[in-house]
Amino acid sequence: MQQAELASEEARVAAIWRDKPGLWGFLTTVDHKRIAARYIVTTLALLIVAGILALDMRLQLSQPGMERMGPQRYNEAFSLHGSTMLFLVSVPVMEAMALWLVPLMLGQRNMAYPRLAAYSYWLYLGGVLMLWVPHALDVTPDLGWFEYPPLSGPTYSPGHRADIWAQMITFTEVAALAASVNVVATILKLRPPGMTLARMPLFLWAMLVTSLMTMLALPAVMLATSLLIADRLVGTQFFSPNAGGDVLLFQHLFWFFGHPEVYIIFIPAVGFISAIVETFSRRPLFGYTVQVLALISIGLLAFGLWVHHMFAVGLPRLGASFYTAASMAIALPVGLQIFCWIATIGSGRPRYDTPLLWIIGFIVTFVLGGLSGVMTASAPLDLQLTDTYFVVAHLHYVLVGGAMFPLFAALTYWYPKATGRMLSEWWGKVSFWLIFAGFNIGFFPMHILGLMGMPRRIYTYEEWTGWGTLNLVASGGVLIASAGASILVANALFSLRGGRRAGADPWGGSTLEWDCASPPPPHNFPATPVVESRTPLWRQEHAQAVMTGLSLKRREVLITSPGEAVPEYRQYSPGPSIWPLLSAIATGILFVGSIFTPWALVWGSIPVAVALIGWFWPRPVKEEPR
Amino acid sequence: MSESSQPHDQASGKLRPLRVVGSLSSLPDNVIGAANLNVWGVVAFMMIEGMGFALCGAAALYLASQGKGWPPSGTAPPDLSFGIAFTILLLASEVLNRWVDRKAWAHDLAGLRLGMVLITAVGVVLIGVRALELMHLNVRWSDNAYGSTIWLLMVLHTSHLITDVADTAVQTEWLFRKEIEDKQFSGASDNCLYWDFVVLTWLPIWGLVYWMPRFWGGS
Repeated sequence: MQQAELASEEARVAAIWRDKPGLWGFLTTVDHKRIAARYIVTTLALLIVAGILALDMRLQLSQPGMERMGPQRYNEAFSLHGSTMLFLVSVPVMEAMALWLVPLMLGQRNMAYPRLAAYSYWLYLGGVLMLWVPHALDVTPDLGWFEYPPLSGPTYSPGHRADIWAQMITFTEVAALAASVNVVATILKLRPPGMTLARMPLFLWAMLVTSLMTMLALPAVMLATSLLIADRLVGTQFFSPNAGGDVLLFQHLFWFFGHPEVYIIFIPAVGFISAIVETFSRRPLFGYTVQVLALISIGLLAFGLWVHHMFAVGLPRLGASFYTAASMAIALPVGLQIFCWIATIGSGRPRYDTPLLWIIGFIVTFVLGGLSGVMTASAPLDLQLTDTYFVVAHLHYVLVGGAMFPLFAALTYWYPKATGRMLSEWWGKVSFWLIFAGFNIGFFPMHILGLMGMPRRIYTYEEWTGWGTLNLVASGGVLIASAGASILVANALFSLRGGRRAGADPWGGSTLEWDCASPPPPHNFPATPVVESRTPLWRQEHAQAVMTGLSLKRREVLITSPGEAVPEYRQYSPGPSIWPLLSAIATGILFVGSIFTPWALVWGSIPVAVALIGWFWPRPVKEEPR
Repeated sequence: MSESSQPHDQASGKLRPLRVVGSLSSLPDNVIGAANLNVWGVVAFMMIEGMGFALCGAAALYLASQGKGWPPSGTAPPDLSFGIAFTILLLASEVLNRWVDRKAWAHDLAGLRLGMVLITAVGVVLIGVRALELMHLNVRWSDNAYGSTIWLLMVLHTSHLITDVADTAVQTEWLFRKEIEDKQFSGASDNCLYWDFVVLTWLPIWGLVYWMPRFWGGS
């Protein structure tokens, strides 16, 4: 009888949380799953496009003296590739995974600030357009993914290529900050009763640390690019040495963001890995406390290493030694984590399905990238290796191995939850082996090319250098990986309809997201779960303990205390709204306008203010839909 | 798009049954103070913006330490008078701000309305004094890196000042509507918290803009 009552309550809740149909529903939704899904699809589309750019560059370098691209086109290709991968793929895709997963892992119905999540996506989309529309108009940034002055300053880069890059950063960073604030507040204030900090799944710890790091690191790059735009637009002198400015200020600000950024990309991956290793080893994670402490210490240490990107600019010797030591120190917590995962797999009953294969691929590749990282952390060695292909190899090992492989693991792991269908295991394994082998064949030779002296960012080379064979091998490897990527995409598309039905919990997962339907309904959970352990689904008792009593008339979420997750009050959760989109459009007009005239900051702020007032305009509760 | 998610048996791939262990219906539907969700958003944005202020301060110290003169010879430091006037008025506004916060906590609508009107008025006066400050910085932003930095710090703080005054004005208008909701009291309290931030961040910026050029010395 109680079950029947719950079912009728759930039908009412479902009606409150449902979006309007059609285009209006699409534009106004604040459903975290829908917003995250479009975020993820956009990032993956860009991953493919920027990957094709990489393939194009590899074809150009496959033989000495190729003429597919001239130097200008090549500069544009690597600038677009790097800027897209770092700013439009790696960071946003992790934020997007969090927007999708965090409420589900918390047994909640939405994020803390639903409209902020929508605003974040629209602004991010603005950043995508900011970079790629000008590219279609042949105004492509061409100074790499970090645009140092004086080269990017008004004297040496007239026109708008540098401005476009700088303002693309502003778009994406504001979007990432909005997402981070949302994630932090959701994790700290929307945990279900019983989920104390010490019982939080490691993924939530990872996203908490990442989001706090984002909030502290991203202002630095926004400041760097804003000062650059000011130098270019209104004649400030921040980076003009002959007027008291200093070009290294840009590098300090950029890398104060840039190095934490590497961990902002990597730490969410740590969260994916921990979730997947636990499920597929069929035992609770080994060394949970060590893992949490390692995450926090990585987060702190990451802010103390930025200068190792600047060893070649001439530093005091003590400075170089300090940053060498700090850079090597961060290998310790990362190493501890890897041992914890290996211990979990080793002492569990591992099941080698595709997600776990990706994790093992990650461990191999990331350890190699970590070793070349320890090498480049050493100031004297770095002086030899900087700006060579060794660095290109290193950064791809850590970013592809350390973040993309875990991302693919996560996509295959949670795909059944998001779509209700299983991916093909067989094709999943084929795509894993092709990408893993192709990646290593493609990027390992670059270490050797770097040691042989091949500089990065050259559009071609001559035959006498002897770099031809290894470059051909590298290009071949990238082709193999591309074939694997095509299979991965095809598998995902075909399985949407053709895959086996997944059910709620196809892998026997340990965390709350496996307790709701696949795909989750708009309201996610029928009632508020109560949590009694770190692995709430691995319990003796079959039934899930829940609390009822959230409103059946308006959208509500439960707010709990940040430490012990004691229920505090029922918070009204805003429904669908067009204002986040309008606010993002107004903000976008301001950002784009400020490339051309400083008055855009004055006049452009009026529509922004109007849109924000509309957003926050208090409406009586009865006006909320149904 | 949703399948029925009524409780079912796990063995069939469906959902587990539910066991109700309590009800949340007796909880309040709004609270004021640190437990309120929106306070966490305000604090988070203060953290981001505070980091921005700190980095601007660090950039100022970095450029000043390059040994090219702070200010460069021939440039006078900003005039003290308007800066001092602004600082005194701003600190006075903080006393008023705390009073407004108490009215919000007490759900004293009349007091809150009066306080919000007053603090909006003080904010407008502050913006006026700020305009006078900007006219007496004695350097243009395009003159040299020193000038650029002074303007950076001032523009950064001014943008926060204007934003918060505008925000306060809008919230004040809402308080004069017919139907007042409980969350407008907690919202007013959040606004007071943000005003604290605008006041507190000014003090280091005041030091960097007005006092550092006097004590750091010329080239």
